[in-house]
Amino acid sequence: MRPATKKLAMMGLCTAVALVLAYIEALLPPIFHAVPGIKIGFPNIIIVFVLYRFGFKEATVVSLVRILVISFMFGNMMALVYSLAGAILSMLLMVVLKKMNFLSVVGVSVAGGVFHNVGQVLTAMWLLGTAELGYYLIVLTFTGTVSGIFVGLCGAGLVKRISKRLK
Amino acid sequence: MMQDVKNRSVEKNSRRLFRNDMIFIVVLLLLVTAFGLWIYLVRGEGDRVVVTIDGKEIGTYSLAEDVTVEIRTGLQNEELNLLVIKDGKAYVETATCPDGICSEHKPISREGESIVCLPHKVVITVYAENEKDAPDIVV
Ligand SMILES: [Zn+2]
Repeated sequence: MRPATKKLAMMGLCTAVALVLAYIEALLPPIFHAVPGIKIGFPNIIIVFVLYRFGFKEATVVSLVRILVISFMFGNMMALVYSLAGAILSMLLMVVLKKMNFLSVVGVSVAGGVFHNVGQVLTAMWLLGTAELGYYLIVLTFTGTVSGIFVGLCGAGLVKRISKRLK
Repeated sequence: MMQDVKNRSVEKNSRRLFRNDMIFIVVLLLLVTAFGLWIYLVRGEGDRVVVTIDGKEIGTYSLAEDVTVEIRTGLQNEELNLLVIKDGKAYVETATCPDGICSEHKPISREGESIVCLPHKVVITVYAENEKDAPDIVV
């Protein structure tokens, strides 16, 4: 296969896996039950993998396609706005931190997880015109850190195991 | 020999990154904990809740009196969040929203705490005396 075709196929495969992971996660009972509305974000494992194995543009495309498909399939348009805000903020931060070469995949993923929540809460504060939502950020930072560590470890494992030849 | 040197530098680098990860996570959590503690100490019990729909205030209810309020939203008022005030705390008993996040939220009573129903754009916030006109910007 031509390298470009191969890469396209790989991106399609990654997007499909991210969608399957999102679907599986939706079927599982919530993990942090005390604080509703919080997920580990299994699809982010794929996003982190694509970011490290292929790059910023590829990861952004997979992330956006995933959000659009999930929103059209399960969600409503409000959910789409929150997800997009979270994903864009988190992607920007992860790209910058990765470039700085200061943190490992796990640290970058934690920052991504936490700022995914920050983006969503800031959007909610803006749309609902309430600053009080900021309280959620305290709890969300803790859960975002835990899920970021999990996602980072899984993502790092994938980067290590899936060979560069796939590029 | 070259390979050996390379491996050692890779290992050294990954140890440096791991240490940075730890520092980053600890600092992040300490900052957020300090922020949470500060808010908890600064803010006491509230005395009333204010209900808003899509940013517009629709009612104020005292936490001192037990009451049940039907918060209606949707085009035909078909959507419901049932707000209950009991023993000085407010919570959402049931709701017709798809995620049910608001009805799972713990009862609120401290100044500034809020329950949010994103699908219905309903926000229930606790206020204390004289604080209504100057809500703190928390973030
Ligand atoms: Zn709700």
